[in-house]
Amino acid sequence: MTHSAAQVSYLDDGHTLRSWLLSTDHKRIAILYIVAITFFFFVGGVAAFLIRYNLISPNGLIGSAETYNRLFSMHGILMVWFFLVPAAPVTLGNFLTPLMLGARDLAFPRLNLLSWYLFVIAGFIALYAVVGGGVDTGWTFYTPLTSFYSKGHVVAAVVAIFIAGFSSIATGLNFIISIHKLRAPGMTWYKMPVFLWSLYATSVILVLATPVLAMTLLLLAFERIFGIGVFDPAIGGDPLLFQHLFWFYSHPAVYVMILPGFGVISEIIPAFSRKELFGYKFVVWASIAIAVIGFLVWGHHMFVAGTSLYSAIVFSLLSYMVAVPSAIKVFNWIGTMHKGYIRFDAPMLYAIGFIGLFTTGGLTGLFVAALAADVHLTQTYFVVAHFHYVMVGGMVSAYFAGFHFWWPKMTGRLYPEMWGRVGAILIFVGFNLTFFPQFLLGYLGMPRRYFAYPQHFEALNLLSSASAMVLAVGYLLPLGYFAWSLLYGERASANPWGATGLEWTTPSPPPTENFAVTPTVTQPPYQYEHAETVSHE
Amino acid sequence: MNGYVPSVTVEGREIDFLILALFVVSCAVLALVFGLILLYMIRYRDESGVYRGHPSGKTWRFEISWTAATLAVFFLLFIWGGDLYVRLFQPPADALQIYVVGKQWMWKVEHQGGQREINALHVPINRPIQLVMTSEDVIHDFSVPAFRIKHDVLPGRYETLWFRVEKPGTFELFCTQLCGVGHYSMTGEVVAMSQPDFENWLSGGAPAGQHEDMAAAGKELYAARGCSGCHGEGGVGGSPETTGVSAPALAGLIGSSVKLQTGATVTADEKFIRDCILTPDKTPVAGYPQIMPSFAGQISEEKVLRLIAYIKSLRSGNRT
Repeated sequence: MTHSAAQVSYLDDGHTLRSWLLSTDHKRIAILYIVAITFFFFVGGVAAFLIRYNLISPNGLIGSAETYNRLFSMHGILMVWFFLVPAAPVTLGNFLTPLMLGARDLAFPRLNLLSWYLFVIAGFIALYAVVGGGVDTGWTFYTPLTSFYSKGHVVAAVVAIFIAGFSSIATGLNFIISIHKLRAPGMTWYKMPVFLWSLYATSVILVLATPVLAMTLLLLAFERIFGIGVFDPAIGGDPLLFQHLFWFYSHPAVYVMILPGFGVISEIIPAFSRKELFGYKFVVWASIAIAVIGFLVWGHHMFVAGTSLYSAIVFSLLSYMVAVPSAIKVFNWIGTMHKGYIRFDAPMLYAIGFIGLFTTGGLTGLFVAALAADVHLTQTYFVVAHFHYVMVGGMVSAYFAGFHFWWPKMTGRLYPEMWGRVGAILIFVGFNLTFFPQFLLGYLGMPRRYFAYPQHFEALNLLSSASAMVLAVGYLLPLGYFAWSLLYGERASANPWGATGLEWTTPSPPPTENFAVTPTVTQPPYQYEHAETVSHE
Repeated sequence: MNGYVPSVTVEGREIDFLILALFVVSCAVLALVFGLILLYMIRYRDESGVYRGHPSGKTWRFEISWTAATLAVFFLLFIWGGDLYVRLFQPPADALQIYVVGKQWMWKVEHQGGQREINALHVPINRPIQLVMTSEDVIHDFSVPAFRIKHDVLPGRYETLWFRVEKPGTFELFCTQLCGVGHYSMTGEVVAMSQPDFENWLSGGAPAGQHEDMAAAGKELYAARGCSGCHGEGGVGGSPETTGVSAPALAGLIGSSVKLQTGATVTADEKFIRDCILTPDKTPVAGYPQIMPSFAGQISEEKVLRLIAYIKSLRSGNRT
């Protein structure tokens, strides 16, 4: 194989700002997304910090309930639509999909760049809304509060989410078509890595659910601006209609957040257990099952909202059903570790942390899926803790796991392994100490979204706020050592973990065209040889 | 635990028991998951020379087993939670009705005897209480952690919630649906008292001048707002001969079936009567011209409730 001039690393293929901002290379767009996503994660994180600061005292420390309501709305809006929903697909998904498929790029490279621009425009409008004017409706925008009663820049926030939705749809379409059409010769569906299956399931949800959100937000904006009665009963609307439409998107969106995480974990556990993924087909179809059943459970957000008794019973049953495939995945990951040759590099530590936190989040989901228990627990801190365990403990841990795993591929540098492990442990411990007390607070009855609270909730809130500092350090630490590794990190080989998968057969960082010769796939994924020992140290 | 209040309702204790069961199941699963992970982390760590043998074949046997086990446990939990929920939804027939109106940011309560209170609810113990709740503005939620219950309070609807308290005491009341800037301050207390204490409170506890029975207050509204002009004194109904226009009778209306011009037949509950007063165009009654004006925006939620209390008090043939 001759190294032609075209075999230059994608990072060296142009150093001007223009060569980045107008690039249609999926790898460069992934890097652009990483910059944007990381920015929103830390802005949303600052809001979280201020929320925990306020709750140190029963009377609230930031002085104004309006500010507090704006903070948690900002936290929710930024974290959900500008971090959790897009994060894994647009960063890891963008970077890895063509590499894992053995392709040159995604099916529609320019559409890919367009979705980044839409995302960034949407992000700045959202920032203007939540920082410039303020929104105090919570990220859920319940009507009629949002229709007329709330002040602030609701319309701007809604426009931002509307635009971000188009970015999601474009990205989803791009992945679906790429996975259908661009698989390398020999890569049948069952020879695809699970990450791609997960991304496929995620993309289907994005394409089918996001338009419903767009319509809902449009109706909401029409009601607020023109007074057209859709949701406010005072002008002939139905307030529960909004909740139905909103959760029809927002519950599947939870799976948009977590499914790519499942994919990441399914790549990492076999790589660090030196063993084939246990029950590949079950793991794959569990993702598809989640994507399908996930569309049929939205009513479980409304068990005390005034929907019919019978619908509540059906939604409870379906909610238990959707938890089954998740349980199957957890068991398969553990099965993969059985009789493996397990190594404890940072990605694996994050992945194990993920299993622990996600399982806790999933199990507490059983509490709120049980109708009568939900009546007591919903709308309290129990729910706050539950979804943070799934989305932050689960999804963010998986995202970090994947980030560490593919960092050498993306940058061509190794991060300091010791610091990576310290970060993984800090996040696991800090997370549990921050959010476990909130389960107790919820059981004791502390409502969500309270600026000030009765004295007897103080001790647990104090514990939660103090521990959030540990968590904050855990999240800041990778920012530091990743930046360090960009400048001083050891050069990475093509395959530092000795992992399977086409992305590891090309140099780190990959050349612009990904593969010098289109690879051919003959084997199923995860064919790990026990005896082979590969060290990157 | 700091701030822990044992449940003071039978249903609340059942919910606690369900939560305890869920907790035990969760702990068992977590012990299994963490136990296996820890075991494998130690036993199968890379450096460990333990004999791995052949990888197990027939993975589908494991898959079927743990899928079936998970389904079975989940189904039991579903049945348990659902059964209890259904019972929570159905108040005993003899429940004492109390009316609750939420607004930004206070709870207004009115008892049938006309006693009113704000951010407080007094109830007798050992008697089923049914709250009939509505909101003047946005969605609120009436939540009493000590009873382990809550329910959203919606504008334009009557939602209900019932409970029976076993012990006297004062319990926290929260609004748990984000309702604006003052959401956190929309709190109050539920005071449960023995029946004699409650009777005393009803007769002397509320401020003077507010003792008028809800139905009696509704009767005054019925006359003052001109309802009687068409529907007749005592809600007997009107005809061109008596009142000059055809208007349906209201006496005996509650609980009866009403045929609408749309062809639908509805049961006349509180919500139906409310809709007829505020949006009569949407509920035209078969056999009558729809000439009733809307009272939307002219009459508060509390006054609508009083009118309903009056109409409910009118039995067929009753001429009060």
